[in-house]
Amino acid sequence: MSQLSLTDRDREEMLAAIGVSSVEELFRDIPEGVRFRGDLDIESALSEQELVAHLEELAAKNVHTGAELSFLGAGIYDHYVPAVVDAVMQRGELLTAYTPYQPEMSQGVLQGIFEYQTAICELTGMDVSNASGYDGATVAADACYVAKHVTGRSKVVLAEAVSPQVRQVVKTYAPGFGLEVVDVPHRDGATDPDELGEAARDAACVIFQQPNFFGVLEPAPDLAAAANEAGALSVAHVDPLSLGVLEAPGAYGAALAIGEGQPAGNYQAYGGPHYGFIASRADYVRRMPGRIVGETTDVDGKRAYVLTLQTREQHIRREKATSNITTNQTLLALAGLAYLSWLGPQGLREVGETCMGLAAYAKERLGLPLLFPDQTTFKEFAVRVGRPAEEVVREACAKGVHPGYALKRDYAGVEDALLVSVTEKRTPADIDRLAEVLAT
Amino acid sequence: MKLIYEKSSPGRRASTLPSYDVPGVEVPPELAREEPPRLPEISEPELVRHFTELSTRTFGVDTGFYPLGSCTMKHNPRVNERVVNLPGFRDLHPLQEAEGAQGALELMWRLQNELAEVAGLPAVSLQPAAGSQGELTGLMLMRAYFADRGEQRHKVVVADTAHGTNPASVTMAGFELQKVETDERGNIDVAHLREMVDGDTAGLMLTNPSTLGLFDEHIEEIAAIFHEAGALLYYDGANLNAVCGISRPGDMGFDIVHFNLHKTFSQPHGGGGPGGGPIAVRDRLEPFLPVPAIVREGEAFRFDYDRPKSIGKVRGYYGPFGVFVRSYAYIRSYGPALREMSEVAVLNANYLLARLKDAYDLPFDRLCMHEFVLSARTLKKEHGITALDVAKRLMDYGFHPPTIYFPLIVPEALMIEPTETEAKETLDAFADAMLEIARDAAESPDVIKEAPHDRPVRRVDEVKAAKRAVVKYGFEDHPDLTKESSEARELEAQKGA
Repeated sequence: MSQLSLTDRDREEMLAAIGVSSVEELFRDIPEGVRFRGDLDIESALSEQELVAHLEELAAKNVHTGAELSFLGAGIYDHYVPAVVDAVMQRGELLTAYTPYQPEMSQGVLQGIFEYQTAICELTGMDVSNASGYDGATVAADACYVAKHVTGRSKVVLAEAVSPQVRQVVKTYAPGFGLEVVDVPHRDGATDPDELGEAARDAACVIFQQPNFFGVLEPAPDLAAAANEAGALSVAHVDPLSLGVLEAPGAYGAALAIGEGQPAGNYQAYGGPHYGFIASRADYVRRMPGRIVGETTDVDGKRAYVLTLQTREQHIRREKATSNITTNQTLLALAGLAYLSWLGPQGLREVGETCMGLAAYAKERLGLPLLFPDQTTFKEFAVRVGRPAEEVVREACAKGVHPGYALKRDYAGVEDALLVSVTEKRTPADIDRLAEVLAT
Repeated sequence: MKLIYEKSSPGRRASTLPSYDVPGVEVPPELAREEPPRLPEISEPELVRHFTELSTRTFGVDTGFYPLGSCTMKHNPRVNERVVNLPGFRDLHPLQEAEGAQGALELMWRLQNELAEVAGLPAVSLQPAAGSQGELTGLMLMRAYFADRGEQRHKVVVADTAHGTNPASVTMAGFELQKVETDERGNIDVAHLREMVDGDTAGLMLTNPSTLGLFDEHIEEIAAIFHEAGALLYYDGANLNAVCGISRPGDMGFDIVHFNLHKTFSQPHGGGGPGGGPIAVRDRLEPFLPVPAIVREGEAFRFDYDRPKSIGKVRGYYGPFGVFVRSYAYIRSYGPALREMSEVAVLNANYLLARLKDAYDLPFDRLCMHEFVLSARTLKKEHGITALDVAKRLMDYGFHPPTIYFPLIVPEALMIEPTETEAKETLDAFADAMLEIARDAAESPDVIKEAPHDRPVRRVDEVKAAKRAVVKYGFEDHPDLTKESSEARELEAQKGA
C-alpha cells in the first residue's frame, strides 16, 4: 500500500516494543459483539494509473463549461481564474496544514487570513470579517444566529429575490435557532423597501441580495435603511465581483455583508468547495461565528498573527459558543485573496464593467422580451423565451450552448423565463452564437 | 514579513483583462461605488513571491510530522490533486442538467455506497460541509424524527470528553445539553448515564474511540440504554480512522454517523478547510435526510427532490464536490483493504505510546486506538514545565506539536495522533525528542521555557491580540503594536482537535 510506510520488520519490532504478539491484539478493548469480521464490500483497489483512468472516465461524462458555450450562472459563475491562483493552491505547505492553532508554526497562513479579512472588509465596507464560512448559503444562517442574539427577536425576513439556495438553507437552520422565517415577495423583479420595512418591524434581521437572484439591482440603500429603522439587522448578500462598480454595503448602512466567494477566485467545482464570507460592523465582533485572526506581537515585540477572540468559539465556550463552526474554507479564501490581489482595485472595476457591458449587449442582441423590463441588471438578466424554458435549454444544449437557468426550477408562474448569465469569459461572438441558437 | 498591502503601490497591477468592443453601461448613481476598495496593487512577480513566502512560513504535513490529536494529519496523496483538477470536475457548473453531469452524480453515488459500507448504515447524505455541520445536520434529523412521531424530546447527552463542537451543535439545533462523566477506565460512566436518560432524551452524541483514544468497552450497553428509552445515538466520526473495517458505528448501535472526509479520507485541510462532513443513517431516518438525494435508475443517475419529510438543504447545491472526488479516489486506492489503514494507525499510536509512557503521566493505562493522551502534570509540578512548553519545544526539533489542553478532563493534556502514513524512523525521532524534553525539564528548563528558538516568531502575546482586536490592516491608521509592551502570554487553553 503506497500510503503506508512500515516494513514487515518495522511491524515486528513495534509489536515487540508494545508487548503484544499481533496487530489483532491491539483491538482487544473492542467487544466481540461489535467487531466487523468480514471484508468491506468496497470495489477492488486501483493502482495510481488505474485510478486516474477511472476518474478520467467519470469526468468525461460531464459537460463542463469548457466543453460547451455556457451562460449558466444563478449563483455560481464561470469567471476567469488566473494562473497565480493555481500556484497558491498547489503550495504543499498551505494545502496540507491544519487550522493554525500553534501560531509559531503557522505565521504564513495566519497572515494570509489576516490579509483576506482585510480584503473582505475593503470590498464590503465593514469593520470585521471572519476567516470564512462554508459557502454563500450557510453564512446567511450564520447571520441569522448573530441577529437573534444581538436583537433578542425571533423572526427572519427573507426577500424572495434572494438566491433559492440561500433561502432554503436559512429555512433549514431557523427552527433550531427558534426563528420564524417570513418571505417578502419581489415586485417586478425588485424588493419594495416599504414592504420590507413593514415585515421587519419585529424581526431580528432582514436578508436581501444585491444584485439579486434575477441579476436586478435592488434599491439596496433603501432596503438597508428600512431594516435599520425597524430595529432589525440589515444583511446584504453581495457578489464580490460587483463591488468594484456597486456601492459597498457598509457605505449604505448594512449591519452585515455576506456572500458567496466563488466568483472571486474559485473554480465552479460542481458547487464546492468554495468560501462564504461574512463581515460586520464593529458592534458585532464578539458575536461573529468562526475563526478570526488578529495582529499581536511576540515576546521580542516582533509583529505576529494569531487566532483571536477565541472565547466566542466552540473549543473554548462549548455550548455557549457563537457558532459550532470549526473547519472553514481557508484554502479557498486564500485563493480569493490571491485573485483579488491579482485584480487590484482597477481590475475589479474593469471586470464588473466588462460583465455589465457584455450583459447589456446580450440583452439587445437576443432581442427577447425581458421578464422585468423596467429594471437595471448587472451580469445576468431574465428573458421570456415564449415556450417552456427547460425545453429551450435542452435543445440549445444539444447544439453545444447552455443558454441559462430555467427560473421555473425555483419560482412559480415563470414557465418561459430563462436567466442568462454573462461573464468576462464570454465574447461578443459567443453572445452572437447564443442569439442565433435561441432564435431557431 | 510585510503585509501584501504594505507592498502595494498605486498604479501597479498583475492582471491583464480582455476588453470588448461593446458600449459601456452606467450604474445608477445612487447605487454606484464611491470609494474604491483598497485591494493590493502589486505585480505578478511580487504576488507570487508573497504567497510563496507565506507558504514557507507555514508548516504542513508536506513539511513534517504533524501529530495533532483528533485531526488525523495523514499524508494527502498527490494523485488526488491531479484528478480533482480534471476539467470535467473542476469546471462543472452545479446547475448543469443531470444528463450533462452523469459522471459527477455517479461519483457521488459510489462514494455514498462506500461510506454506507464503512458506517454499517444504509443511507447517506454527502451534503454537510464539515464535521460540525454533519453534527448539526444529525441533530436536525433527530428533531425531525421525533416531531414526525409526535414526540417532544429536549435533551441531548454529550460526554465530558467531547469536542467543543458537540455541545455547540446541541445548542444551535435547539436542544438542551446534558453532560455525562467519564469513569476511571476512560469509558463513559454508565451508572451516571442511566440516571439521566429518560423519555425527554432525544439522543447521545459520542466519539468512539473517544478523544482519550480509548474504545468504550460498554458501547453495547450504552446503545441499549438509549434505544430502550426510545432515543437515538449519534456517532461523531472524528476518530473513525481507528476503526474502518474493524468495527462499524452501525454495528455498535449508532443511528447517525458523520464522517470527516478531511481526516479519515485524506482531503487536505488547507490551513483550516475545506472539509467534508457526510452523514450516514439508519433506514428510519432516511426520509429526513437533506435534499436532493442522489438515486440510480438503471444506468442513469439523478437528483431526487421529492422527499416530503426532508429537513431541507443544509448547504448550497450538493456539498463540497471537490472533496468527494479526493475521498472517493482515496478509498478506491485502498479498496477492501481499508482495514489496513486503521490497523497501522493503531499500531503506530501504540508504538509511540509504549515509547513515551514512562516519561509522561498516562491517565488511563490501556492500549490505545489511533491516538493517546499523555499528561505533563508531573513535569509541571516538579519542574514548572507545562504541556504548552513541551509543545513549543517540539517545534525546535522540527515537529508540529500535538493537540494540547484537550480533552478537558486531563490536566496538562498532550493528545498525540501519529496516523498510519508515518515511518517508524519518524516515530522514533519524535519519541526521542519527547524523551529528551522530559529529561531537560529537570536539567535545563529555561531552554524549554524559551522555545521555540528558530521559528519566524517566538511565543506570541495572545492576550494583547484579544484585547486590541486588530483584525484587519488599517492602512495609514494601522496601529503599531510593536511599540506596546508584550509578554509571552499564550493561554493554556485548547490548541488543536
